[in-house]
Amino acid sequence: MTGQSQFGQSHLGQSQLAVELHGITKRFPGVIANHDIELLVRPGTIHAIVGENGAGKSTLMKTLYGMHQPDEGTITVNGTLVQFKTPTDAIAAGIGMVHQHFMLADNLTITENIILGAEPVDHRGRINFKEARDRIEALMTSLGATFNPDTNVSELGVGQRQRVEILKVLYRGAKILILDEPTAVLVPQEVEELFTTLKRLVADGATVIFISHKLDEVLAYCDEITVIRQGTSVAHTEPSQVTRRSLAELMVGSDLPDPSGRETKVGDDVRLQVTGLNLAGDIAGAKLALEDINVAVHAGEIVGIAGVEGNGQFELCESILGLRTILSGSISVCGQELSHTETRERINMGLSYIPFDRHREGLLLDAPLWENTFLGREENAGLTNGPFISRNKIEADCRTIIDRFGVLTPSEQVPAFALSGGNQQKLVVGREMAGHPKILLAAHPTRGVDVGAQAAIWDELRHARDNGLGVLLISADLEELIGLSDRILVMFDGRVTAHLNPATATPEMLGTYMTGEEQGVDG
Amino acid sequence: MKNPRLQRMLVTSASSLLAVFVALCICAVILLITGKDPIEAYRTLFGAAGETKVLQGALNRATPLMISAAAVAIGFKMNLFNIGVEGQMRVALLATAVAGAAVDLPAPLHILFCLVVAMASGAIWAGIAGWLKVKRGVNEVISTIMLNFVALSLVAWAFDSFFRAESTTGSLLVKTKELPTSAWFPDIVDRRLNGMFFVAILVLVLFYVLVWKTKFGFQLRASGANAGASRVTGVNPKRMVMISMLLSGALAGLVGMRALLGDVHAYQNNLAEQQGFNGIAVALLGRNHPLGIFISALLFGYLGEASGRLQLIDIPKEITTIMTGIIVLAVVIINEAVKRWDDRRIQHKAALALESAAVPA
Repeated sequence: MTGQSQFGQSHLGQSQLAVELHGITKRFPGVIANHDIELLVRPGTIHAIVGENGAGKSTLMKTLYGMHQPDEGTITVNGTLVQFKTPTDAIAAGIGMVHQHFMLADNLTITENIILGAEPVDHRGRINFKEARDRIEALMTSLGATFNPDTNVSELGVGQRQRVEILKVLYRGAKILILDEPTAVLVPQEVEELFTTLKRLVADGATVIFISHKLDEVLAYCDEITVIRQGTSVAHTEPSQVTRRSLAELMVGSDLPDPSGRETKVGDDVRLQVTGLNLAGDIAGAKLALEDINVAVHAGEIVGIAGVEGNGQFELCESILGLRTILSGSISVCGQELSHTETRERINMGLSYIPFDRHREGLLLDAPLWENTFLGREENAGLTNGPFISRNKIEADCRTIIDRFGVLTPSEQVPAFALSGGNQQKLVVGREMAGHPKILLAAHPTRGVDVGAQAAIWDELRHARDNGLGVLLISADLEELIGLSDRILVMFDGRVTAHLNPATATPEMLGTYMTGEEQGVDG
Repeated sequence: MKNPRLQRMLVTSASSLLAVFVALCICAVILLITGKDPIEAYRTLFGAAGETKVLQGALNRATPLMISAAAVAIGFKMNLFNIGVEGQMRVALLATAVAGAAVDLPAPLHILFCLVVAMASGAIWAGIAGWLKVKRGVNEVISTIMLNFVALSLVAWAFDSFFRAESTTGSLLVKTKELPTSAWFPDIVDRRLNGMFFVAILVLVLFYVLVWKTKFGFQLRASGANAGASRVTGVNPKRMVMISMLLSGALAGLVGMRALLGDVHAYQNNLAEQQGFNGIAVALLGRNHPLGIFISALLFGYLGEASGRLQLIDIPKEITTIMTGIIVLAVVIINEAVKRWDDRRIQHKAALALESAAVPA
């Protein structure tokens, strides 16, 4: 294997490539998700596509799998120029996708799940289970999987379910497998097993495209790497050519922003104080979802919480908001202890929340914008008239938010679903800032928004901080964390595992803490 | 037509009208197949529209439909499907007939007392389904359907065992003890249009004000539109479920009052039958909006009133029942199709408006 550090210079003839993407550009309203992407995948390799959350990896894979069409660029599979209108076309070309969220029917057996939609039938239309079983068993042997194909999927563990998903794709004749962040849901042993399986597949001539942002796995198991940053491919390399650090730098861009030279000082009064917070896990008897969390946010301070999603950040926000009953510990806002206060009271006390997922928890998509900016502010006397809502005042308030945050919309009357993601997010941020909160929980405030909207939201956050707002910033975007935060805490596995100074923190440091490699609490 | 809200209302009403039209066409085909002349049938059916008597009858029939549709719609606004209006109505009917006959009050107070008893008993019955959903996570569709059967049997048993009064007129129809005249709801037009019509209008107006104009109504709609989003703003979804179920049940209790207080003045077994179920159809056609409900209830009331005319030209009046059923089906299908189209239209228009407004960089 002769290493190529720049893409587009493969020494291999084009016909030998399994997948070849040139100049792929995909625009969504207001956002360019992919821009001029080059991807060259040699057959019989595990090819990693790495990049931060929101870098455009999934968009690219959806393009390759025919879930949408690129606006520009070409797709070549096994030397043939192709155009996929639907995933069915991609499957016919031998491409299969294993989604991050499993798509299995729990109450069916493994066999039934695998053949679902591709059942072998005899001339009378009856399913030939014998034939199906034989093929599945053959596939299982080649995978090295050992389970009874008549087991109900509900009885399987996560790792096994994933194996079934892979079988499902192989059963449909896939020779090129796309795995979308397959290890996000797995424990380390399962990760090991998964890669053993993948190695076997590759040895049998399959090609695997592996999407990840976990650098260790990528370096340990993959043959080639394409790095995607801000929607475009920035490098094509091999594990032997890079170190963890250089790969991390490729992912986030080599120059991390300065922790902005701020003019104001962090205030003295503590706006949010979380002490010794413990929260039970979702399943009885399981380990704690949050364990001994201590966080303080002062007036005029942004405290960043770094961490891979699912390590307790969501539960922390819900606990502070009073949406979950905590096991022990205390939470106070502006010195006032919050236990036994309802969520609505906490919000009235000056707590504000930019939720993790704007569609699930932030917006009423079918409702007009003015109703969306009113959501959660029903106690605001300036927008109501006794028990009645004052539509004129709410609409005027909505227009103010639209202007101030530069939400691109024809008017405040259009339903929220008509806006692009970035503008929806600006609206949510605007709403949460409009009530002049004392403390803001901002979860991924710029996720999935374009660069312009991102800059606007950052400016607003800085501006509000300078005016004394305390912010708890939860983010997976290192640039955002380092650029905005006055202090950074790293969360891993429900605990705070590190306190970092953004002025000295490097992406590598953050990476090691975020992946739980190191858990010491240092300065 | 710059106002998007007005546009949306127009699109909505157009889709309901289209549904009615499609249903009429399908019924015409059915009539043709059975060898009847659809044009003559429709001329007879709708030819009666100008007659005062028929219109009064239509309004009278529309009265319980408006109330039961409002009961269904208030649930819909919160994403709850209360199919139990029929059962809640039945429980309220017997409770009110018994309680109303047991007390002695001056006329307006007596009527008010009956209405309060009806609302309370309806709310209690609906509250069971609400409680089951909040405490045990039982889907309200299942529980309200089941509770309909329970209510039907329970009420029939209780009536038969404890509350049947010996007939004084020698009629074979068994009833409860007749309500004193002070509890009778007066007619607007004698024997044609009962005063409960005004109560129904009042219910629709209050429904509108409550759901669209108050903070509570906003929270109700927000909770129905996106429970997750309103939860993080501190609206307790369980509390909203309980309140909307109780409100829905209270209205359901009122559905049978035109028949009880305004017509029969005693409980009997088939009193106000189906009026709870028909409210679902009216709410669907009326798109859960008071104005739509009013118009739909009027249409259904009219079809019921005028259907007798069809028999004069040898067409079974059941064709109107078939028509009602097809209207409901057509409404559900067409509304969904139109909504998808309209969503795309709005999205496209918003994008266009922004593109033309944007200054090229």
